[in-house]
Amino acid sequence: MRYDVFADDRQSALPPVTGGPGQTAGSTGPVSTGLASTPGTSDSSESVGRMEVESLSKYYETKTGIREVIKDLTLSIPEGRVTAIMGPSGCGKSALINLLAGYEKPSGGRITIDRLPVTGAGPDRLVVFQETALFPWLTTFENVAYGPKIRKELKGEKLGEVIMNLLRTVGLDEFRDKYPSQLSGGMQRRAELVRALVNRPKVMLLDEPFRGLDAMTRSLMRDYYLELFERHKSTQVFVTSELDEGLLIADRLAIVTNRPGQIKKILDINLPRPRDESLRGDPRYLALKAEALELLHEEAVKSFKAGAVNSADFVGAYAALG
Amino acid sequence: MIRLAINRQLKKIAKTVRSKTLRRGVISIAGFFIIWELCARFKVPVLGTVPSPTEVLRCLADQITEAYYWHSWGSSMVRILTGFAIAQLLGVPLGLLLGFSRKAREIIFPLIELMRPVPPLAWVPVSVIFWPSAEMSMIFVTFLGAFFTVVLNIVEGIAAIDERYLRAASSLGAGKSDIFWHVMLPASLPSVLVGMTVGMGITWCVVVAAEMIATNTGLGYLTWRGYVAGEFPMIVVGMLSIGLAGYLSSGLIRRIGLIFTPWLESR
Repeated sequence: MRYDVFADDRQSALPPVTGGPGQTAGSTGPVSTGLASTPGTSDSSESVGRMEVESLSKYYETKTGIREVIKDLTLSIPEGRVTAIMGPSGCGKSALINLLAGYEKPSGGRITIDRLPVTGAGPDRLVVFQETALFPWLTTFENVAYGPKIRKELKGEKLGEVIMNLLRTVGLDEFRDKYPSQLSGGMQRRAELVRALVNRPKVMLLDEPFRGLDAMTRSLMRDYYLELFERHKSTQVFVTSELDEGLLIADRLAIVTNRPGQIKKILDINLPRPRDESLRGDPRYLALKAEALELLHEEAVKSFKAGAVNSADFVGAYAALG
Repeated sequence: MIRLAINRQLKKIAKTVRSKTLRRGVISIAGFFIIWELCARFKVPVLGTVPSPTEVLRCLADQITEAYYWHSWGSSMVRILTGFAIAQLLGVPLGLLLGFSRKAREIIFPLIELMRPVPPLAWVPVSVIFWPSAEMSMIFVTFLGAFFTVVLNIVEGIAAIDERYLRAASSLGAGKSDIFWHVMLPASLPSVLVGMTVGMGITWCVVVAAEMIATNTGLGYLTWRGYVAGEFPMIVVGMLSIGLAGYLSSGLIRRIGLIFTPWLESR
């Protein structure tokens, strides 16, 4: 079940505790003082994965027949970068995440990580789910510690130190002994990000991780996320339905067609990092946004005609811009 | 962690004792007794035949000094606890097995579905014939009362586990046995406890009825004897005792349960 190409990477699978040379801590996020940062050396290829998706297809058999969700989708996910994925609702974004994570098997085509085929779920590709999937019966600390403990990688004080550093980065150190039900929505998402990060996955798969949060919390979460990414540059696949979120976060924005999902176009977001809200007025940003909206709108209209209700959101966003 | 949880429970009890909710409860119960007393005093038709609370209280005051009364408590409690404990010992592992293994579910579940609709009380005659002693037959029916409830609650609890927990655990590197111990078990614990609380209630229904039919000890028999001997206050004393006993045992299960599921109450 487990993907064992990662086995020889175990000993280095956790972030070092102390800040190392060669990289300064990011300074854009809400918390940035005196925190552990990852030395540049451990950001080399050992913990950074490149994924390739080749003519992937996925269909489900339903009562009414075969439902094709993804058809002939090809996508490179380069190492150490954020690939954002957008598309009309029902275009197979979540299915793609499940396939990349290894929860589901492709109906056709192949998925590789560092040139080895994906055969199942594993700690080299960790998923941050739509609503929280923190274990309700564990405290914040225990949730974060679960991965390293279960794989017997690190324990005791050392593990505690690593986790507390990460929790401090996202402002949850005082909530270490609270249960998920005692945390706010934003706190739960932060805890979940940390639960994935502590395992030093090669690839993080985020399936609309900030969905359901209010606008204010959402933009704060984006700042936390950017902060964490600057510090632990691993490969990121980030599904979102908010264009501004995608543009601010991503290095590449992949736009997926209406179902069955295919890659319509990949936009390179060559905006300088670290990024923040002020980028929204930048002419390059606005040009990219206009192009992306154009593409999304085309697909949203197709999806709308096909009956997907939520695509009204995209049409609405487009109208608001005009 | 468990000591902390016990502490929290004690604090909660102390808070309940001082609360407004408690005061309102007391008022409502006191009102009930006053109306009952008045009905009995003034011989209101139908209700008037019921002994008045003062008569009942007098009878109760006599009873609590009697060894026989406490012996009735003891016999019923022993039956309840034995039947209930056996039901947990067999039911919890069976429920977990059925929840975890599809094969086991497909083999054993039809059998359970066949037996379950028969009310535990309908088993009384057969078990009196089947078991060598009345005591064993009563423990058997109490066991039946709790057993199916517990098994079904666990199976449903496991079926309702959010798939994301299982996926998250397997991504983080959990193997099959880790998933069983760290996800399925804690995730189904709340439904196990619901099953136990409901099962405890059923157990009391069953034992009281069985005692009226099959034996000459226990709170059920105490009540029945009151009826046969025409001592009406005694009937009410029996009823109240059974109610109190059921309440105490369900409450105990709930309290113990909260100690093992601290995440459920800390919202």
